Amino acid sequence: MLKQNKDYGKTKGLRLNYKIITELVDENSKVLDLGCGDGTLLKQLIEEKKVRGIGVEINQDSVITSIEKGLSIIQGNIDEGLKEFNDKEYDWVILNQTVQSTDRPDFVIEEMLRVGKKVVVSFPNFAYWKVRLYLLFMGRMPKSKILPFEWYNTPNIHLLTINDFYKFCHKRSINILQEIYMTRAKVRHGVLIKAISNFFTEEVIFVISK
Amino acid sequence: MGNSVGIVETKYLHIDEPLILDSGKILQEYDIAYETYGELNKEKSNAILVLHALTGDAHAAGKHQITDKKVGWWDEMIGPNKAFDTTKYFVISSNMLGGCSGTTGPSSINPQTGKEYGLEFPVITVGDAVKVQKKLVDFLGVNKIMVAGGSMGGMQALEWATTHSDMVEACIIIASTSKLSTQAIAFNAVGRNAILSDPNFNNGNYYQCENQPKRGLSIARMVGHITYLCEEAMQNKFARRFQDKDKPDFDFNIDFEVESYLEHQGKSFVNRFDANSYLYITKAVDYYDTAQGYGSLEKAFEDSHAKFLVMSFTSDWLFPTYQSKEIVNALVKAHKDVSFCEIKSPCGHDAFLLEFETQTKIIKSFLNKVNHLC
Repeated sequence: MLKQNKDYGKTKGLRLNYKIITELVDENSKVLDLGCGDGTLLKQLIEEKKVRGIGVEINQDSVITSIEKGLSIIQGNIDEGLKEFNDKEYDWVILNQTVQSTDRPDFVIEEMLRVGKKVVVSFPNFAYWKVRLYLLFMGRMPKSKILPFEWYNTPNIHLLTINDFYKFCHKRSINILQEIYMTRAKVRHGVLIKAISNFFTEEVIFVISK
Repeated sequence: MGNSVGIVETKYLHIDEPLILDSGKILQEYDIAYETYGELNKEKSNAILVLHALTGDAHAAGKHQITDKKVGWWDEMIGPNKAFDTTKYFVISSNMLGGCSGTTGPSSINPQTGKEYGLEFPVITVGDAVKVQKKLVDFLGVNKIMVAGGSMGGMQALEWATTHSDMVEACIIIASTSKLSTQAIAFNAVGRNAILSDPNFNNGNYYQCENQPKRGLSIARMVGHITYLCEEAMQNKFARRFQDKDKPDFDFNIDFEVESYLEHQGKSFVNRFDANSYLYITKAVDYYDTAQGYGSLEKAFEDSHAKFLVMSFTSDWLFPTYQSKEIVNALVKAHKDVSFCEIKSPCGHDAFLLEFETQTKIIKSFLNKVNHLC
């Protein structure tokens, strides 16, 4: 079962994350938002980019909140695949802050690449220096604003790092079209950050295709 | 009575032209019993047709008389500021063809013989029922329509959306399916067998007889009620409690509360329903398959312009969620606008007549979207 990182939903970081994804997505495109939560991002995309969009969400309360926003939402478990969606049917398929809480991230990402022309995957980077220090000095599973859960109740069962994702894409011949690094609710640019992004980035947004 | 439609009246429309049925047989003339709530707007575009389940009738909301103890079968959902808001929408409800509450069925008088049809009544389908509803909707001067129904009502909503794709703007399908499961057909078969083997059934010609096939119909209803609940609902309602006693009687009369409940449901049902109608309508439900004639469910939806809302309930094993998902998946494949919610409920199939709060939230928002009110 996928739970939402609800606490994170109120932070500046998420607003920035929504802003970046909204800037990425083309106007009038067709969007599938997986694990769309309460539908805030999808609503923003429809209002600002005039997209035609549909959301998939597992949690009943979130589905109802999304429908109350006037969105088209299908309650479902993305771990079961996207078999109802045709190949390359969507211009953009979005999996925002959710990949780390799926049962089978590899299967989910392959399904997204099948259904979408471009795929947005964002996740908290577990190799961020503060996370490393937390584990190194506290000797406990790292917690932060973006990772607020205890080890025993976290929905984040498949945490990963930027380097893990590079390797994953390379092995499966997935094209990385764009990568956006965020730390403390700001986008970080520059050559230096790119080179050592895995160390300095708190959260990352990848645009991929296949 | 602030949010009630108040006192309402069942009206009757007589159609004096032949109806060609799916079986090839012809019904020369027929009546439709219906009620309406709210006002049709100038554009004639705010009509919602609500479609009843197996044993429902046209009386969906309000009361016929102020002294009535019971309100219409969907009263919680139809009225000012309710899910189907009668301050915004013109709500139409009619009795299904083959029924026994005003619309022509086997208990109606056959004008050619002057006697009740009985088993002379032609076998009807969900499609035939929709043809009759279309006559009513046209008579009321409606241009665009939204359709909504639970269980068998959902099947009729599906039939509307596929056969009148140019007219249907919104389609709400609750606890329903595009075709019954084998198990559900089997339960209907048991019900029909109970009626057919009642010694008073008399091959359907019992209307003028002193003895009616009450036992058979009441057993059919008991079987039905078991399928409308679920194990958890039954456990919560009755557990293994004895009826008005604390030890068994060691005979074959009623011991358990659940037995008493079924007996009561069966007995009260025979006072309001006709055994022949039960045969005809369960048969129509068994035959129904949205995809029939189209090749696939996806193709059936191809021409539809409607926005769809599909809802199922977690504990409904008669119309299980996977059947709703089949409809949703076909709609997605056919590029239709669809929302789907599986509502948590311990009430079994009956949930669609009980879980009003959640359904109201979802239906209100959906109708707002369809009518650009949000």
